[in-house]
Amino acid sequence: MRDITNELVELVRLTSTDLPKSIQDALVKAHQAEAEGSAAQAAMVSILENVEMSRRNQTPICQDTGTPLFFVKYGQGWEPGALKTQIRAAIAEATKRSYLRPNAVDSLRGKNTGNNLGDDNFPTIHFQEVPGDDLTIDLMLKGGGCENVGRQYSLPDVALGADRDLEGVRKVVLDAVYQAQGQGCAPGFLGVAIGGDRGSGYLVSKEALLAGLQDENPDPELAALEQRITEEANTLEIGPMGFGGKSTVLGTKIRASHRLPASFFVTISYMCWAYRHRTLTIAGSEVRYA
Amino acid sequence: MSAKEFKRITVPISDEAIRDLRIGDSVLLSGVIVTGRDTVHKWFMDSFITKTVPVAAEDAQVYEELKKLLQDGVIYHCGPVVSGLQDKNYRFVAAGPTTSIREEAYQGQVMEHFHMKGVIGKGGMGAKTLAACAKIPGVYFHAIGGAASLIAESVKKVLGVYKLEFGVPEALWVIQVEDFPVVVTMDSHGNSLHDEIQKHSLEKLQAVLAK
Repeated sequence: MRDITNELVELVRLTSTDLPKSIQDALVKAHQAEAEGSAAQAAMVSILENVEMSRRNQTPICQDTGTPLFFVKYGQGWEPGALKTQIRAAIAEATKRSYLRPNAVDSLRGKNTGNNLGDDNFPTIHFQEVPGDDLTIDLMLKGGGCENVGRQYSLPDVALGADRDLEGVRKVVLDAVYQAQGQGCAPGFLGVAIGGDRGSGYLVSKEALLAGLQDENPDPELAALEQRITEEANTLEIGPMGFGGKSTVLGTKIRASHRLPASFFVTISYMCWAYRHRTLTIAGSEVRYA
Repeated sequence: MSAKEFKRITVPISDEAIRDLRIGDSVLLSGVIVTGRDTVHKWFMDSFITKTVPVAAEDAQVYEELKKLLQDGVIYHCGPVVSGLQDKNYRFVAAGPTTSIREEAYQGQVMEHFHMKGVIGKGGMGAKTLAACAKIPGVYFHAIGGAASLIAESVKKVLGVYKLEFGVPEALWVIQVEDFPVVVTMDSHGNSLHDEIQKHSLEKLQAVLAK
Protein backbone atom coordinates (compact mmCIF):
# COMPACT_ATOMS: atom_id res chain seq x y z
CA MET A 1 0.00 0.00 0.00
CA ARG A 2 1.30 3.48 -0.87
CA ASP A 3 2.26 6.05 1.75
CA ILE A 4 -0.31 8.86 2.02
CA THR A 5 1.03 10.52 5.17
CA ASN A 6 1.63 13.82 3.32
CA GLU A 7 -1.91 13.83 1.94
CA LEU A 8 -3.21 13.22 5.46
CA VAL A 9 -1.18 16.13 6.87
CA GLU A 10 -2.76 18.30 4.18
CA LEU A 11 -6.20 17.01 5.18
CA VAL A 12 -5.51 18.02 8.79
CA ARG A 13 -4.21 21.44 7.74
CA LEU A 14 -7.29 22.10 5.63
CA THR A 15 -9.67 20.93 8.32
CA SER A 16 -8.08 22.94 11.10
CA THR A 17 -7.42 26.19 9.26
CA ASP A 18 -9.78 26.45 6.29
CA LEU A 19 -13.49 26.39 7.16
CA PRO A 20 -15.67 24.92 4.38
CA LYS A 21 -17.44 27.54 2.27
CA SER A 22 -20.92 26.16 3.06
CA ILE A 23 -20.33 26.70 6.80
CA GLN A 24 -18.91 30.17 6.21
CA ASP A 25 -21.98 31.05 4.12
CA ALA A 26 -24.23 29.97 6.99
CA LEU A 27 -22.22 32.18 9.37
CA VAL A 28 -22.51 35.14 7.00
CA LYS A 29 -26.28 34.72 7.01
CA ALA A 30 -26.26 34.53 10.81
CA HIS A 31 -24.30 37.77 10.94
CA GLN A 32 -26.86 39.49 8.72
CA ALA A 33 -29.69 38.38 11.01
CA GLU A 34 -28.30 40.07 14.11
CA ALA A 35 -29.28 43.57 15.19
CA GLU A 36 -26.99 46.47 14.29
CA GLY A 37 -24.70 47.35 17.20
CA SER A 38 -25.62 44.27 19.26
CA ALA A 39 -23.08 42.11 21.11
CA ALA A 40 -24.33 39.22 18.97
CA GLN A 41 -23.48 41.08 15.79
CA ALA A 42 -20.04 42.02 17.14
CA ALA A 43 -19.43 38.35 17.96
CA MET A 44 -20.33 37.32 14.41
CA VAL A 45 -18.01 39.99 13.00
CA SER A 46 -15.12 38.57 15.03
CA ILE A 47 -16.04 35.03 14.00
CA LEU A 48 -16.05 35.91 10.30
CA GLU A 49 -12.81 37.88 10.55
CA ASN A 50 -11.26 34.94 12.32
CA VAL A 51 -12.37 32.51 9.60
CA GLU A 52 -10.68 34.63 6.93
CA MET A 53 -7.56 35.20 8.98
CA SER A 54 -7.11 31.50 9.77
CA ARG A 55 -7.38 30.59 6.11
CA ARG A 56 -4.93 33.31 5.08
CA ASN A 57 -2.35 32.56 7.79
CA GLN A 58 -2.89 28.80 7.85
CA THR A 59 -3.45 28.90 11.59
CA PRO A 60 -6.08 26.95 13.55
CA ILE A 61 -9.57 28.46 13.43
CA CYS A 62 -9.96 27.46 17.08
CA GLN A 63 -7.13 26.66 19.48
CA ASP A 64 -9.13 23.66 20.66
CA THR A 65 -8.44 21.47 17.68
CA GLY A 66 -10.44 18.83 19.47
CA THR A 67 -10.48 15.11 19.14
CA PRO A 68 -9.42 14.21 15.61
CA LEU A 69 -12.26 12.00 14.39
CA PHE A 70 -11.47 10.00 11.28
CA PHE A 71 -14.09 8.11 9.29
CA VAL A 72 -12.30 5.90 6.78
CA LYS A 73 -13.99 4.11 3.90
CA TYR A 74 -11.51 1.86 2.18
CA GLY A 75 -11.81 -0.20 -0.97
CA GLN A 76 -9.67 -3.01 -2.25
CA GLY A 77 -5.91 -2.58 -1.88
CA TRP A 78 -6.06 -0.38 1.21
CA GLU A 79 -5.04 -1.79 4.58
CA PRO A 80 -6.60 -0.47 7.82
CA GLY A 81 -3.49 -1.27 9.87
CA ALA A 82 -1.18 0.67 7.56
CA LEU A 83 -3.69 3.52 7.27
CA LYS A 84 -3.85 3.79 11.04
CA THR A 85 -0.06 4.03 11.27
CA GLN A 86 -0.03 6.77 8.63
CA ILE A 87 -2.90 8.67 10.25
CA ARG A 88 -1.05 8.66 13.55
CA ALA A 89 2.15 9.84 11.87
CA ALA A 90 0.21 12.63 10.13
CA ILE A 91 -1.37 13.76 13.40
CA ALA A 92 2.02 14.00 15.11
CA GLU A 93 3.47 15.92 12.14
CA ALA A 94 0.48 18.31 11.97
CA THR A 95 0.89 18.96 15.70
CA LYS A 96 4.56 19.78 15.19
CA ARG A 97 3.52 22.27 12.50
CA SER A 98 1.03 23.93 14.90
CA TYR A 99 -2.02 22.93 12.85
CA LEU A 100 -3.15 21.05 15.94
CA ARG A 101 -2.80 21.62 19.67
CA PRO A 102 -1.39 18.69 21.64
CA ASN A 103 -4.65 17.42 23.13
CA ALA A 104 -4.07 13.86 24.34
CA VAL A 105 -4.04 13.82 28.14
CA ASP A 106 -3.48 10.72 30.27
CA SER A 107 -6.70 10.57 32.31
CA LEU A 108 -5.05 8.99 35.34
CA ARG A 109 -1.82 10.97 35.56
CA GLY A 110 -2.86 14.21 33.84
CA LYS A 111 0.16 14.13 31.55
CA ASN A 112 -0.18 15.51 28.04
CA THR A 113 1.66 13.31 25.51
CA GLY A 114 2.70 16.45 23.61
CA ASN A 115 2.20 14.94 20.14
CA ASN A 116 -1.57 14.31 20.12
CA LEU A 117 -1.10 10.56 20.14
CA GLY A 118 -2.82 8.79 22.96
CA ASP A 119 -4.08 5.25 23.28
CA ASP A 120 -5.76 3.29 20.50
CA ASN A 121 -8.78 5.64 20.52
CA PHE A 122 -6.85 8.92 20.28
CA PRO A 123 -7.09 9.95 17.51
CA THR A 124 -10.38 8.17 16.95
CA ILE A 125 -10.55 6.20 13.69
CA HIS A 126 -13.61 4.40 12.34
CA PHE A 127 -12.97 1.97 9.49
CA GLN A 128 -15.51 0.71 7.00
CA GLU A 129 -14.78 -1.56 4.06
CA VAL A 130 -16.52 -0.51 0.85
CA PRO A 131 -16.76 -1.92 -2.69
CA GLY A 132 -14.39 -0.60 -5.38
CA ASP A 133 -10.83 0.52 -4.80
CA ASP A 134 -11.22 4.15 -3.73
CA LEU A 135 -10.27 5.55 -0.37
CA THR A 136 -12.40 8.23 1.30
CA ILE A 137 -11.39 9.78 4.61
CA ASP A 138 -13.58 12.25 6.46
CA LEU A 139 -11.92 14.20 9.23
CA MET A 140 -13.87 16.13 11.82
CA LEU A 141 -12.22 18.23 14.53
CA LYS A 142 -14.60 18.63 17.42
CA GLY A 143 -13.54 20.75 20.37
CA GLY A 144 -14.19 20.06 24.03
CA GLY A 145 -16.53 22.99 24.63
CA CYS A 146 -19.17 21.67 22.28
CA GLU A 147 -18.44 18.01 23.04
CA ASN A 148 -19.15 18.71 26.71
CA VAL A 149 -22.67 19.99 25.99
CA GLY A 150 -23.68 16.88 24.02
CA ARG A 151 -26.54 15.00 25.66
CA GLN A 152 -28.32 11.70 25.64
CA TYR A 153 -31.95 11.32 26.68
CA SER A 154 -33.80 8.11 27.47
CA LEU A 155 -37.43 8.43 26.40
CA PRO A 156 -40.00 8.76 27.79
CA ASP A 157 -38.73 11.80 29.68
CA VAL A 158 -41.47 12.70 32.14
CA ALA A 159 -40.06 16.08 33.17
CA LEU A 160 -40.01 17.28 29.57
CA GLY A 161 -43.24 15.52 28.59
CA ALA A 162 -41.33 13.71 25.87
CA ASP A 163 -42.88 10.47 24.64
CA ARG A 164 -41.40 7.81 22.39
CA ASP A 165 -42.24 9.56 19.14
CA LEU A 166 -40.87 12.33 16.92
CA GLU A 167 -42.67 14.92 19.01
CA GLY A 168 -40.71 13.61 22.01
CA VAL A 169 -37.51 13.80 19.97
CA ARG A 170 -38.26 17.43 19.16
CA LYS A 171 -38.74 18.28 22.84
CA VAL A 172 -35.52 16.74 24.12
CA VAL A 173 -33.41 18.20 21.31
CA LEU A 174 -34.73 21.68 22.10
CA ASP A 175 -34.01 21.06 25.78
CA ALA A 176 -30.42 20.15 24.86
CA VAL A 177 -30.09 23.47 23.01
CA TYR A 178 -31.46 25.31 26.05
CA GLN A 179 -29.13 23.44 28.42
CA ALA A 180 -26.12 24.23 26.24
CA GLN A 181 -26.82 27.99 26.31
CA GLY A 182 -23.72 29.63 24.79
CA GLN A 183 -21.32 27.03 26.21
CA GLY A 184 -21.05 25.05 22.99
CA CYS A 185 -19.98 28.16 21.05
CA ALA A 186 -23.26 29.06 19.41
CA PRO A 187 -24.43 29.43 16.74
CA GLY A 188 -24.06 25.69 16.44
CA PHE A 189 -25.11 22.67 14.42
CA LEU A 190 -26.91 19.63 15.79
CA GLY A 191 -26.22 15.99 14.98
CA VAL A 192 -29.05 13.86 16.33
CA ALA A 193 -29.33 10.09 16.58
CA ILE A 194 -32.66 8.47 17.30
CA GLY A 195 -32.38 4.91 18.64
CA GLY A 196 -29.35 2.66 18.87
CA ASP A 197 -27.70 1.88 22.18
CA ARG A 198 -25.89 4.45 24.29
CA GLY A 199 -22.58 3.92 22.47
CA SER A 200 -23.85 3.75 18.90
CA GLY A 201 -26.11 6.73 19.59
CA TYR A 202 -23.16 9.05 20.12
CA LEU A 203 -21.34 7.62 17.10
CA VAL A 204 -24.34 8.05 14.79
CA SER A 205 -24.99 11.56 16.11
CA LYS A 206 -21.48 12.47 14.92
CA GLU A 207 -21.87 10.62 11.61
CA ALA A 208 -25.04 12.67 11.06
CA LEU A 209 -22.81 15.76 11.09
CA LEU A 210 -20.84 14.40 8.12
CA ALA A 211 -23.77 15.12 5.80
CA GLY A 212 -23.45 18.31 3.78
CA LEU A 213 -25.31 21.30 5.17
CA GLN A 214 -27.44 21.53 2.01
CA ASP A 215 -28.07 17.78 1.67
CA GLU A 216 -31.73 16.95 2.15
CA ASN A 217 -32.59 14.13 4.53
CA PRO A 218 -33.90 11.20 2.42
CA ASP A 219 -36.67 10.65 4.97
CA PRO A 220 -39.22 13.46 4.44
CA GLU A 221 -40.50 13.20 8.00
CA LEU A 222 -37.00 13.65 9.39
CA ALA A 223 -36.28 16.43 6.90
CA ALA A 224 -39.32 18.31 8.22
CA LEU A 225 -38.29 17.69 11.81
CA GLU A 226 -34.76 18.96 11.14
CA GLN A 227 -36.12 22.19 9.78
CA ARG A 228 -38.62 22.61 12.59
CA ILE A 229 -36.00 22.05 15.28
CA THR A 230 -33.63 24.58 13.71
CA GLU A 231 -36.39 27.18 13.52
CA GLU A 232 -37.68 26.58 17.03
CA ALA A 233 -34.18 26.51 18.52
CA ASN A 234 -33.72 30.02 17.17
CA THR A 235 -36.83 31.23 18.98
CA LEU A 236 -34.95 30.59 22.26
CA GLU A 237 -32.89 33.69 21.44
CA ILE A 238 -29.73 32.38 23.09
CA GLY A 239 -27.75 33.86 20.22
CA PRO A 240 -24.09 33.85 19.25
CA MET A 241 -21.88 33.04 22.27
CA GLY A 242 -25.04 33.11 24.40
CA PHE A 243 -25.12 36.92 24.18
CA GLY A 244 -28.78 36.83 23.13
CA GLY A 245 -29.80 37.13 19.48
CA LYS A 246 -31.42 35.49 16.49
CA SER A 247 -28.91 32.78 15.60
CA THR A 248 -28.56 29.86 17.97
CA VAL A 249 -28.67 26.82 15.67
CA LEU A 250 -27.74 26.97 11.98
CA GLY A 251 -28.57 23.42 11.00
CA THR A 252 -29.90 20.10 12.30
CA LYS A 253 -29.08 16.63 10.95
CA ILE A 254 -31.03 13.61 12.18
CA ARG A 255 -30.45 9.91 11.66
CA ALA A 256 -32.51 7.02 12.94
CA SER A 257 -31.17 3.60 13.97
CA HIS A 258 -32.91 0.46 15.16
CA ARG A 259 -33.30 0.14 18.90
CA LEU A 260 -34.19 -2.41 21.54
CA PRO A 261 -37.85 -2.68 22.52
CA ALA A 262 -36.90 -1.40 25.98
CA SER A 263 -34.74 1.53 24.87
CA PHE A 264 -35.46 4.77 23.07
CA PHE A 265 -32.38 6.97 23.18
CA VAL A 266 -32.11 10.36 21.59
CA THR A 267 -28.48 11.47 21.39
CA ILE A 268 -27.39 14.96 20.50
CA SER A 269 -23.91 15.98 19.42
CA TYR A 270 -23.57 19.73 19.42
CA MET A 271 -21.10 21.14 16.90
CA CYS A 272 -19.76 24.62 17.52
CA TRP A 273 -19.83 27.31 14.82
CA ALA A 274 -16.27 26.22 13.91
CA TYR A 275 -17.68 23.15 12.16
CA ARG A 276 -14.40 21.71 10.92
CA HIS A 277 -14.96 18.83 8.53
CA ARG A 278 -13.05 17.95 5.36
CA THR A 279 -12.85 14.96 3.06
CA LEU A 280 -9.90 13.37 1.31
CA THR A 281 -10.62 11.06 -1.62
CA ILE A 282 -8.01 8.99 -3.40
CA ALA A 283 -9.20 7.37 -6.62
CA GLY A 284 -6.37 5.75 -8.54
CA SER A 285 -3.72 8.45 -9.00
CA GLU A 286 -6.20 11.24 -8.35
CA VAL A 287 -6.18 12.98 -4.94
CA ARG A 288 -9.14 15.24 -4.10
CA TYR A 289 -9.91 17.41 -1.09
CA ALA A 290 -13.40 18.68 -0.35
CA MET B 1 -17.32 47.02 11.17
CA SER B 2 -19.60 47.20 14.16
CA ALA B 3 -20.98 50.49 15.40
CA LYS B 4 -20.32 49.40 18.97
CA GLU B 5 -18.03 51.61 20.99
CA PHE B 6 -15.14 50.08 22.88
CA LYS B 7 -13.86 51.08 26.29
CA ARG B 8 -10.09 50.80 26.64
CA ILE B 9 -8.87 49.14 29.82
CA THR B 10 -5.28 48.57 30.87
CA VAL B 11 -4.11 45.84 33.25
CA PRO B 12 -3.51 46.23 36.22
CA ILE B 13 -7.04 47.58 36.62
CA SER B 14 -8.20 50.09 39.23
CA ASP B 15 -11.33 49.64 41.35
CA GLU B 16 -12.88 52.70 39.69
CA ALA B 17 -12.39 51.30 36.21
CA ILE B 18 -14.02 48.02 37.26
CA ARG B 19 -16.99 49.72 38.94
CA ASP B 20 -17.49 51.73 35.79
CA LEU B 21 -18.03 48.57 33.69
CA ARG B 22 -21.55 47.20 33.09
CA ILE B 23 -22.76 44.08 31.36
CA GLY B 24 -22.90 44.56 27.61
CA ASP B 25 -19.88 46.87 27.53
CA SER B 26 -17.38 46.12 24.78
CA VAL B 27 -13.81 46.45 25.98
CA LEU B 28 -10.34 46.42 24.45
CA LEU B 29 -7.91 45.05 27.04
CA SER B 30 -4.19 45.81 27.05
CA GLY B 31 -1.37 44.87 29.41
CA VAL B 32 0.14 41.73 30.89
CA ILE B 33 -2.23 38.85 31.66
CA VAL B 34 -1.77 35.19 32.56
CA THR B 35 -3.45 32.11 31.10
CA GLY B 36 -4.76 29.44 33.46
CA ARG B 37 -7.47 26.83 33.22
CA ASP B 38 -8.50 23.53 34.80
CA THR B 39 -5.21 22.19 36.14
CA VAL B 40 -4.03 25.63 37.26
CA HIS B 41 -7.17 26.38 39.24
CA LYS B 42 -7.06 23.06 41.03
CA TRP B 43 -3.34 23.58 41.71
CA PHE B 44 -4.01 27.07 43.13
CA MET B 45 -6.67 25.67 45.44
CA ASP B 46 -4.83 22.58 46.65
CA SER B 47 -1.41 24.20 47.03
CA PHE B 48 -2.06 27.76 48.16
CA ILE B 49 -5.66 28.21 49.30
CA THR B 50 -6.92 25.07 51.05
CA LYS B 51 -3.27 23.92 51.33
CA THR B 52 -4.11 20.23 51.21
CA VAL B 53 -1.01 19.45 49.16
CA PRO B 54 2.59 20.22 50.22
CA VAL B 55 4.29 22.85 48.08
CA ALA B 56 7.72 22.24 46.52
CA ALA B 57 10.32 25.01 46.97
CA GLU B 58 10.32 25.86 43.27
CA ASP B 59 6.52 26.12 43.27
CA ALA B 60 6.70 28.54 46.20
CA GLN B 61 8.91 30.72 44.04
CA VAL B 62 6.46 30.48 41.11
CA TYR B 63 3.66 31.42 43.50
CA GLU B 64 5.46 34.59 44.63
CA GLU B 65 5.95 35.68 41.04
CA LEU B 66 2.34 34.90 40.13
CA LYS B 67 1.06 36.92 43.08
CA LYS B 68 2.70 39.99 41.61
CA LEU B 69 1.32 39.30 38.14
CA LEU B 70 -2.21 38.60 39.31
CA GLN B 71 -2.59 41.40 41.86
CA ASP B 72 -5.21 43.68 40.24
CA GLY B 73 -4.64 41.52 37.18
CA VAL B 74 -6.53 39.20 34.89
CA ILE B 75 -6.50 35.45 34.33
CA TYR B 76 -7.40 34.10 30.92
CA HIS B 77 -9.12 30.73 30.55
CA CYS B 78 -7.20 29.63 27.50
CA GLY B 79 -5.25 26.64 26.27
CA PRO B 80 -3.32 28.08 23.34
CA VAL B 81 -1.58 26.60 20.33
CA VAL B 82 2.03 27.74 20.77
CA SER B 83 4.84 27.56 18.23
CA GLY B 84 8.57 27.68 18.97
CA LEU B 85 8.42 25.07 21.72
CA GLN B 86 11.74 23.53 20.75
CA ASP B 87 13.85 26.68 20.92
CA LYS B 88 11.66 28.47 23.51
CA ASN B 89 10.99 31.21 21.01
CA TYR B 90 7.33 31.05 21.97
CA ARG B 91 4.60 32.56 19.83
CA PHE B 92 0.82 32.25 20.24
CA VAL B 93 -0.63 30.82 17.04
CA ALA B 94 -4.22 30.30 18.19
CA ALA B 95 -5.56 31.48 21.50
CA GLY B 96 -9.32 31.64 21.96
CA PRO B 97 -11.06 31.18 25.32
CA THR B 98 -12.10 27.86 26.84
CA THR B 99 -15.39 27.22 28.69
CA SER B 100 -15.19 28.94 32.08
CA ILE B 101 -17.91 27.21 34.05
CA ARG B 102 -15.57 24.32 34.87
CA GLU B 103 -13.70 26.70 37.20
CA GLU B 104 -16.83 27.81 39.04
CA ALA B 105 -15.96 25.70 42.08
CA TYR B 106 -12.65 27.57 42.48
CA GLN B 107 -12.85 30.92 40.71
CA GLY B 108 -14.32 33.14 43.42
CA GLN B 109 -11.77 32.03 46.00
CA VAL B 110 -8.92 32.22 43.52
CA MET B 111 -9.92 35.76 42.54
CA GLU B 112 -10.09 36.87 46.15
CA HIS B 113 -6.86 35.15 47.09
CA PHE B 114 -4.86 36.92 44.38
CA HIS B 115 -7.04 40.03 44.39
CA MET B 116 -7.68 39.57 40.68
CA LYS B 117 -9.84 42.13 38.90
CA GLY B 118 -10.95 40.07 36.00
CA VAL B 119 -11.41 36.72 34.36
CA ILE B 120 -11.48 36.23 30.60
CA GLY B 121 -13.24 33.17 29.27
CA LYS B 122 -16.34 32.06 27.49
CA GLY B 123 -19.80 30.87 28.45
CA GLY B 124 -19.93 32.81 31.71
CA MET B 125 -19.78 31.65 35.32
CA GLY B 126 -22.10 31.15 38.29
CA ALA B 127 -23.23 32.70 41.54
CA LYS B 128 -19.99 32.22 43.50
CA THR B 129 -17.92 34.05 40.91
CA LEU B 130 -20.55 36.77 40.58
CA ALA B 131 -20.41 37.30 44.37
CA ALA B 132 -16.61 37.56 44.26
CA CYS B 133 -16.90 40.12 41.44
CA ALA B 134 -19.13 42.28 43.63
CA LYS B 135 -16.80 42.00 46.61
CA ILE B 136 -13.31 42.53 45.14
CA PRO B 137 -14.50 44.26 42.77
CA GLY B 138 -14.00 42.33 39.54
CA VAL B 139 -15.69 41.48 36.26
CA TYR B 140 -16.02 38.61 33.84
CA PHE B 141 -14.84 39.42 30.34
CA HIS B 142 -16.31 37.24 27.60
CA ALA B 143 -14.02 36.61 24.64
CA ILE B 144 -15.30 35.21 21.35
CA GLY B 145 -15.13 31.44 21.53
CA GLY B 146 -13.29 29.91 18.61
CA ALA B 147 -11.90 33.21 17.34
CA ALA B 148 -8.45 31.83 17.97
CA SER B 149 -6.38 33.28 15.14
CA LEU B 150 -7.95 36.70 15.62
CA ILE B 151 -7.25 36.77 19.35
CA ALA B 152 -3.71 35.47 18.83
CA GLU B 153 -3.08 38.66 16.81
CA SER B 154 -3.71 40.72 19.94
CA VAL B 155 -1.11 38.70 21.85
CA LYS B 156 1.95 40.81 21.11
CA LYS B 157 4.50 38.90 23.13
CA VAL B 158 4.89 35.78 25.23
CA LEU B 159 6.82 36.98 28.27
CA GLY B 160 7.24 33.60 29.91
CA VAL B 161 5.63 30.38 31.02
CA TYR B 162 5.17 28.65 34.36
CA LYS B 163 4.34 24.99 35.00
CA LEU B 164 4.86 23.87 31.43
CA GLU B 165 4.85 20.34 32.84
CA PHE B 166 1.05 20.72 33.00
CA GLY B 167 1.16 20.54 29.18
CA VAL B 168 0.94 23.37 26.63
CA PRO B 169 -2.83 23.95 27.01
CA GLU B 170 -2.76 23.85 30.82
CA ALA B 171 0.40 25.86 31.56
CA LEU B 172 0.45 29.44 32.88
CA TRP B 173 1.51 31.60 29.95
CA VAL B 174 2.40 35.20 30.75
CA ILE B 175 1.42 37.29 27.75
CA GLN B 176 1.35 40.89 26.73
CA VAL B 177 -1.87 41.75 24.96
CA GLU B 178 -2.95 44.81 23.04
CA ASP B 179 -6.58 45.65 22.28
CA PHE B 180 -7.85 42.20 23.15
CA PRO B 181 -11.60 42.43 22.29
CA VAL B 182 -14.00 41.25 25.01
CA VAL B 183 -17.52 41.89 26.25
CA VAL B 184 -18.39 42.36 29.93
CA THR B 185 -21.04 39.72 30.71
CA MET B 186 -20.79 39.75 34.52
CA ASP B 187 -20.16 43.01 36.33
CA SER B 188 -19.31 44.12 39.88
CA HIS B 189 -22.89 45.27 40.50
CA GLY B 190 -24.39 41.79 40.68
CA ASN B 191 -25.51 41.62 37.05
CA SER B 192 -24.98 38.61 34.81
CA LEU B 193 -25.95 38.63 31.15
CA HIS B 194 -25.84 34.82 31.32
CA ASP B 195 -28.50 34.69 34.03
CA GLU B 196 -30.69 37.03 32.00
CA ILE B 197 -30.33 35.02 28.79
CA GLN B 198 -30.93 31.75 30.61
CA LYS B 199 -34.12 33.06 32.19
CA HIS B 200 -35.36 34.48 28.92
CA SER B 201 -34.57 31.33 26.95
CA LEU B 202 -36.31 29.14 29.55
CA GLU B 203 -39.53 31.10 29.02
CA LYS B 204 -39.12 30.69 25.27
CA LEU B 205 -38.40 26.96 25.66
CA GLN B 206 -41.52 26.43 27.72
CA ALA B 207 -43.57 28.19 25.06
CA VAL B 208 -42.16 26.04 22.29
CA LEU B 209 -42.48 22.78 24.25
CA ALA B 210 -46.15 23.53 24.88
CA LYS B 211 -46.80 23.71 21.10
